[in-house]
Amino acid sequence: MSKGVAKSTAEPQGASRWLLRGHSAAVFAFFYAPIVVLCIFSFNDSNAVGNWNGFTLGWYEELFGNDNIQSSIWVSVKVCVASTVISVVLGTAGALALERFRWWGQKAFDAVLYLPIIIPDVTMAVMMLVFFNETASWFNVIPGINLQNGLEKLVFSHVAFNISFVSVVVRARLANLDASMEEAAADLYANRWQAFRRVTLPQIMPGVIGGALLAVTISLDDVVVSSFVAAVGGTPLSVYVFGMLRKGVSPLVNSVSVVMLVASMALVLASLVISRATGSGREER
Amino acid sequence: MAVDAPARPPDGEPPVLEETAEVDTPGLEREAERAKARQGFLLGLPTIVYLLVFFVVPLGFVVAYSFATRTRSGRTELRDFNLDAYARLGDDIIMTVAWRSLWMAVVATLICLVLAYPLAYYISTRSPTVRNLMLVGVMIPFWSNFLIRTYAWRVLLDSDGLVTQAFEFIGVGDGRILFTSNAVILGLVYGYLPFMVLPLYAAIERIDWNLVEGARDLYASGWSAFRRVVWPLSRPGVIAGSILVFVPSFGAYVTPAILGGNKEGLLGSYIVLQFLSARNGPVGSAVSVVVLVVMLVATLVYFRTGGKNL
Repeated sequence: MSKGVAKSTAEPQGASRWLLRGHSAAVFAFFYAPIVVLCIFSFNDSNAVGNWNGFTLGWYEELFGNDNIQSSIWVSVKVCVASTVISVVLGTAGALALERFRWWGQKAFDAVLYLPIIIPDVTMAVMMLVFFNETASWFNVIPGINLQNGLEKLVFSHVAFNISFVSVVVRARLANLDASMEEAAADLYANRWQAFRRVTLPQIMPGVIGGALLAVTISLDDVVVSSFVAAVGGTPLSVYVFGMLRKGVSPLVNSVSVVMLVASMALVLASLVISRATGSGREER
Repeated sequence: MAVDAPARPPDGEPPVLEETAEVDTPGLEREAERAKARQGFLLGLPTIVYLLVFFVVPLGFVVAYSFATRTRSGRTELRDFNLDAYARLGDDIIMTVAWRSLWMAVVATLICLVLAYPLAYYISTRSPTVRNLMLVGVMIPFWSNFLIRTYAWRVLLDSDGLVTQAFEFIGVGDGRILFTSNAVILGLVYGYLPFMVLPLYAAIERIDWNLVEGARDLYASGWSAFRRVVWPLSRPGVIAGSILVFVPSFGAYVTPAILGGNKEGLLGSYIVLQFLSARNGPVGSAVSVVVLVVMLVATLVYFRTGGKNL
């Protein structure tokens, strides 16, 4: 597409050009102003949320001294790591099975795999609540699994929606790859596992990492499903914060929020850097 | 794997020795294909089992719950299946919440469209470097914690928050919109705006500007070139973005809980209420099923209109 030639037609002339520019700037301001204000007010030395009363690090000290917040951070981290690892393995296997093979029932599997992405949070939460209510006694028969403390329930339900996100990202990557490389490996007497490990996996790695980061983000962000399945005293950070927000606003929430925002932004930037590094690395080769 | 070796030819070019091998390959090929299908199925099996147990079965339970009986103590029992919960969907209180959800979701979607279209247009006509930077700028809020982003508005809209003060300073009436439907709509727009920008960008970016140039050469004004060329070509993005905003807004729970107080609940809040406070599993499940169906229909429309390509 020759963008350079037609650029002048795409760009409106005169006043509308400035209108467009101003509008875009305003939308970006709309995106970022609340975040910036929140960050500033997390250093506010006041019990009221809105009034600026001098700079303090007190809310951050309180955050790191708060046992409830500390333990909920640990719940979040554990659930996030466990659910990401499981959903990356299952999601990647599912993506490979769909993209590289033809088998009976594939269409149905494909459709079901999309559902967790488009289902509303609340419906998913209700499903998990009802499911664990009805089946807790069956699960507890399995040695090593105790649904009472909620951690397993959180992991099970996070995996249930994360599998789909991982597999969508990995499939997008797989669809752009040529299967002939794997076939060449097979022709050179690599067995399936070797062909996967040496040929397919390195090629889909950006997709796998992208999917993993997406799973991490979604797991950390999830409020609704987690608040339905978490046990008392075993809530992840997002649910704990949601509880704080509903009880009433304390500036302590601001500092927790900033920590969570920084964490999620670090993840985005990491994923961008990784996708760029792996992407350009591939081109150079 | 021994069975696998003959499986190579079917995918690649027809081998030269086809004529000599004609007699026995069909059988071998079919067997090899079957072996490959079995491998694919086995590879997908753990995922299939997982989704069956932790997604399809739970979904089945919710559907079953919506037909189940509620005992006097508030327990839901899976017996005497009936349509009572669905009959209750016509109740005034549920209809009020449903209309409010629909109205708010539609308004939020339209506002998002109005805000996002010019931005997406602007981004897609930038030079590649600027374009990528601006896209990252849209992606960052998109990936940031939704709960926290919504809460940020609570800080701004608080009775002594910046927005309220600004309103009072300018003197354009009462700026206290927190815990009103306007605050909920604002929160929905803020939360889901990136979902509108990104598909619109994807659609507009792909437009062949030579078509616009052609229109201009044929004496179309800037506006009519937009209306007759750019807008129709970007319509898949408009539909995709609208659905991506409408669906989560319709079932929203977090946004009304934080910005709407308790009085501006949407269907999502109503479902939560039924399960956690009212202990009415069947009605909560029936509403969930309805929300799910609305969402499925919207998604089918999305795929029908070529949304998958975006």
